[in-house]
Formats: sequence, structure tokens, C-alpha cells
Amino acid sequence: MLKIENLHANVEGKEILKGINLDVKPGEVHAIMGPNGSGKSTLASVIAGNEDFEITEGSVLLEGEELNELAPEERAHKGVFLSFQYPVEIPGVTVTNFLKTAINETRKAKGLEEMPANEMLKKIREKSELLEIDRKFLSRSLNEGFSGGEKKRNEIFQMAMLEPKLAILDETDSGLDIDALKIVANGVNRLKNDENAVVVITHYQRLLDYIVPDFVHVLLNGKIVKSGGKELALELEEKGYDWIKQEATV
Amino acid sequence: MAYTEEELKKELETKEYEYGFYTDIESETFPVGLNEEIVKAISLKKGEPSWMTEWRLEAYRAWTEMEEPEWANVTYKKPDFQAISYYSAPKKKPQYDSLDEVDPELLDTFKKLGISLEEQKKLAGVAVDVVMDSVSVATTFKKTLAEKGIIFCSISEAIKEHPELVKKYIGSVVPKKDNFYAALNSAVFSDGSFCYIPKGVRCPMELSTYFRINQAGTGQFERTLVIADEGSYVSYLEGCTAPMRDENQLHAAVVELVALDDAEIKYSTVQNWFPGDKEGKGGVFNFVTKRGLCETNAKISWTQVETGSAVTWKYPSCILKGDNSVGEFYSIAVTNNYQQADTGTKMIHLGKNTKSTIISKGISAGRSQNSYRGLVQINSRAANARNFSQCDSLLMGNQCGAHTFPYIEAKNKTAQIEHEATTSKIGEDQIFYCNQRGIDTEKAIALIVNGFSKEVLNKLPMEFAVEAQKLLEISLEGSVG
Ligand SMILES: Nc1ncnc2c1ncn2[C@@H]1O[C@H](COP(=O)(O)OP(=O)(O)O)[C@@H](O)[C@H]1O
Ligand SMILES: [Mg+2]
Repeated sequence: MLKIENLHANVEGKEILKGINLDVKPGEVHAIMGPNGSGKSTLASVIAGNEDFEITEGSVLLEGEELNELAPEERAHKGVFLSFQYPVEIPGVTVTNFLKTAINETRKAKGLEEMPANEMLKKIREKSELLEIDRKFLSRSLNEGFSGGEKKRNEIFQMAMLEPKLAILDETDSGLDIDALKIVANGVNRLKNDENAVVVITHYQRLLDYIVPDFVHVLLNGKIVKSGGKELALELEEKGYDWIKQEATV
Repeated sequence: MAYTEEELKKELETKEYEYGFYTDIESETFPVGLNEEIVKAISLKKGEPSWMTEWRLEAYRAWTEMEEPEWANVTYKKPDFQAISYYSAPKKKPQYDSLDEVDPELLDTFKKLGISLEEQKKLAGVAVDVVMDSVSVATTFKKTLAEKGIIFCSISEAIKEHPELVKKYIGSVVPKKDNFYAALNSAVFSDGSFCYIPKGVRCPMELSTYFRINQAGTGQFERTLVIADEGSYVSYLEGCTAPMRDENQLHAAVVELVALDDAEIKYSTVQNWFPGDKEGKGGVFNFVTKRGLCETNAKISWTQVETGSAVTWKYPSCILKGDNSVGEFYSIAVTNNYQQADTGTKMIHLGKNTKSTIISKGISAGRSQNSYRGLVQINSRAANARNFSQCDSLLMGNQCGAHTFPYIEAKNKTAQIEHEATTSKIGEDQIFYCNQRGIDTEKAIALIVNGFSKEVLNKLPMEFAVEAQKLLEISLEGSVG
């Protein structure tokens, strides 16, 4: 599904990603953990095609196709979805209108007709129920005045509506209380199948109790320094990152 | 003494020069320049009664004493008022025989706006063979209105057919000496619209200049007068979303609205005159005076979407004379490339419990300058007057400017005035967010701009709102990159 080979990336001339390798197969859930500033969000941005970051070496492949030269919207059309750590506000644009535009632009790119209104409504109803989203919420301006938790839940709602192949969830757990966390995790699990994949970025293991990863990677200073199974997350929770830092420098 | 051939020729030449002006009355266009004779000739040509001629002359004399205003935040080469021809008969002949001859860029824009082929021909000045259709539409339309006693005709027709109404109200809201451009307009106005809604009548349809026969083109000096008699209601649409190419550089219109007791007038404008090319050349100068007068319990709403013109100078205003009267101003002004706009409103509170609302949305892109200028004036007698103003500016790129000049003069302590202003930029993070959801940058900008303008777009009549939305997208095309 997603293959990253020796990826180096700069922002403003400073190297942030220093040779990342990652292989995510369909049906898998990978967790990327690491302390603040280690480059987790940068990795997500580079996969999604944010032009603030420059790839200096290596490549990102989706289903064998190189993404490096593709615009962010083209990557989205191919099924890349990023749940943002800090979702932006778009005043005056309702959640519904935004989603309708996103879905129809993607369909257009694939040469499909716009989604009929009744189908759209049915889908919205179904997915908003899955994520226990109040109908009133859908007519509010996108992210404007949303609480931290509402923003994150809205990101997952968009994911549910867009049904991506590859979903990258960047710190989706931050800002969610335990009940909301369960709802969101349940939503993600229900959307998960053998044909898609999820990359969960977090620095707490809490979320991983609910979205259980097949693999856990530790990102430190722009490199994946350790990979393992879900027990690695528990170990990190217990011992912090220092022992890994030491291991890495040895 | 017999004339020599030479002398005769000479004499004829000078005579022709001297009187050429009169012979020219019969022709299509007047010679350039402005003087009392020209003003009289315009009036004569239109078959106006002498009171109207006199009225024009007074305006002309006032104008000669006035100076072109300098205070607006715009710079442009002042028009040479003696180099303009002040009368041009409506062109009956089409400029082209088929659409193939029309500027493809113009046609492209028409297509994007979803304008029908017939419409395209009409707007581009191509001969339309199915004239019968538009005539019959207009006729049915007129019949419906006539049944309700509504008068909707050209101002020239009104001067002849309804002199008592015109005489009573013309210049009653915008006096002929009001300002430089209004005085000029009063002296030389070519044509425009007149509308009267009788007492207690609710006009059953949106009145649009567009439907009036012989009035598809916009004059250089248009004059509009709308009178809503007691307890009546009318919604009036002005302009057209299609780009208006006009060789007339200077446009100075006057619009007067009179809302008598308990009446309501909604006046919506979409203006899309040629803004000049990407370097800022050509383009229309639009200097408009629009004002409405509210009697007791009356209400006037101005809604405007301005995307065109090289230079715009425009302040639709309300005089809230009657107690409990309401004035509203909703505006979207878009400037791109080298466009300059200085627009806003004046709310003059004279009566008690009067209320005004101002929502202004300025969108600037390219190297344009967009200024909001608003005056809220609360007279000493206007107890419990209230105003709410909100001015939002949206910037695209680093080379454009947005400016807000709110003026507040409150002479009554009970006044409640609220003013809010925001300036925001379309952020790269917003665009990336949209891109990530599959929305390309062009569409993302359209989405963000529509969101920003929504409160105003919502005030437009439905069909107009859809067109205006498309127009916003087109005006900003290619403005980010
Ligand atoms: N747009 C940017 N401009 C400059 N520096 C950036 C930018 N984005 C990230 N960085 C820097 O890159 C490093 C990694 O940041 P980030 O990927 O956000 O880390 P994480 O998500 O793991 O906390 C940090 O040092 C951060 O300051
Ligand atoms: Mg981060």
C-alpha cells in the first residue's frame, strides 16, 4: 500500500527527515510514536504532498506508484487522507458543503458524475451516526469555534465520508476525552478492512488500546530507530523515550 | 457683392462649424464637449418639458462651480469632461453578424457564467433573430405589472407620461447639487429607469432593468428613480453578471429611492464592468451616487456585488428620516489586478428608533486597492438609534491592500453603535487543507471566498445569488499562484 524508501526532506533548508523507510501493507495498522519535534507531522505532511517541505532524496510510493511529483489533491484523489493535528478553520463554509465539494471534486477527477443528493444525504446520515455526530454540527462553519475534540471527531467523520485507501491520523487522540476517544477509535475500526491501511501518529499509548496496531515504529530526530509489535508501545509508555535515545546513539 | 467660389466655401465651412451642432441633433452622436447648448439639446432631443430643461440647466450651472472630489482612496487620470460626447442615440445596428466575430475571451466568460447562446449574442452585440421572444416576454411582464398599477418604464417615458411623479421626486433624495458627479448626471443624464409602486401593493416579481425593452444597454449617465408608496414593497435588480464592455470610460449614475411610510425597497446590484486589462489599462471609471429616503416605519436594503470597473467610487446610503425606519447595506467588493475601489455607505439617522446594519466584505487580490468608507451619523433628535457595522477584508497575496475608514458622528447620547472589523488572508494552510481533501487550489479559493461572502450572498434573490457566486469565482481566477 504505502512504501517509503530512504526519505529525506527539508523545511527552509533544514533537514527534518533523515532517511525514513516504511512498508505498510493493505489491511495493516501502523503506529508511529516519538517525542515532540521528532518529525512525525513532517512525515505526514510529506506523504500528503505539502509543498512547504522539499524531498531531497528517496521516494514515497502508493500502490507502487511514486507520489513525489503529484500535487496534494492528486494524492487525495488516489486515496491518501490526512487527519490533521491542527485542522484549519474555513469561516462560512459548512461541514456539509465542504464534504460535498471534496467528494464531488474527487469523483470529477475520476471521471465520475457528482454524487446524487439522496445518496450524499444517506451517507452523511450513516457516517454521522457511526461517529455520534449531532446533525446541527453539520451546518456549522468548518472547524470555526469547534472544541479540540470536535475538530478531531470532524476529521474522522471526513475520513469516513471519503473512504480513503491510506489514512494517516496525526495525533487524533489529543483533545479527545475518553468517551470521545472510544467513539472515534470504534469509528476507525469499523472503517478498517483488508483493502485499506491506517498509520496512527501518537505519543501516547492510550489510543493504541482501542486502535490496535500491527506494528509500532519509533521516530527520533528524523529517523525510525526502532520497530516492533504492539508491546513496544507499552514499553515506551512505561520507560519513556530515553532508553531508546541511548540505544540509538550507541 | 458676389461671393467668390473661395469665399462661399469658407463661409459654408464656418457656418457648418457654427451650426453644425444643430444639424447634428438629427444625427446619432453629439459633438464632444459640454456647455449650456448641449444640455438644452439633450433635453430637446428627448422631447422634455421646459421644467426639466430648466432643472438640467441649473444642475449644469452648479456643476461648473464644483471641483472633482479628491478625498477617495483612488488614483486615476481625471477624465477630460470636454472630450466626451454627452449624447449617443442607442445603437440599433449590431456590431457583428455572428458570434464567430466576437472576442473569444468574452465568449469564454459567457460560457462559464452559463449564459444561453441567444443571451450571449445579445450581450456581445450580435444580431438576434428571435427578437419576438424577448418582446413578448417583456409584454406579458408589463401587463402583470399594469394590473397592479405599477409603473415601470424608462425615465424619459416617465418624464412625459408621469410628470407629476417625476417632478415631485427627482432630486428629492439626491439634490442636483449634491456632488460633482451627481450634478453632472443631473445635467446630462441620458436615460435610466423609473418605477412607482402604488399604496399597499406588493410587487409580484423582481423588477429588473434587464427585462425592459430598449434598455439592454447601460447608459453612461443613467438615472434611476424608484418610489414605493405607503405600505408597498418592491425588490429591484440592477445590472447583469455578464461582463459589460463599454467604450465609455466614465460612468456617473444616480439612483434615488423613496420609501414612503411603511414601504420597503430592496435594491440589489451586480456590477461587472470591464475592469481594465491585467496591466490596468482601459477599464471603466464608475462614480455613482445612490441614496434612499425612508419615511416612518419604512425600510431600504442595498445589496451589492461589485467585481468590475477600473475605479469604483460608490456609497449607497440611507436617510432614515421617519421614526422606526430601517436601513441596510450589504456589500461584496472584489478587486483584482490594478482595480481600485472606494465604496461604503452612509447611514443618516434622523428619526427616533431608527436602525441600520452595515455588512461589508472586501476581497482584494493582485495589486488592487480596496477601501471601505462608511459614515454613521446620529442626529440629535434621533433618540434610541442603533447601528451595527461589520467590515471584513480578505486579502489574497502580498501586493494588494485593504483599508477601512469608518466615520461615526453621534449627537444623541442614547445611540448604540457597534463596529467590528476584521482582516484576514487566505492562508496556505487553508489551501493545503482543501487540497488534501481533493479540492484543487482554484476551487479552494472559490470555496473560501464564498464562505467569506456568504452573509451578503444570502441577501440576494436566489437566481442572482447563484450568478453572483460564479462571478466571484471568475473575477478571482488566476489570482493565486
Ligand atoms: N513549516 C515548518 N517550518 C519550519 N520548521 C518546521 C516546520 N514544520 C516543522 N518544523 C520543524 O521540524 C521539526 C519536526 O516537527 P514535527 O514534524 O511537527 O514534529 P512532531 O510532529 O514529531 O512533533 C521541528 O523541529 C519543527 O520545529
Ligand atoms: Mg506533530
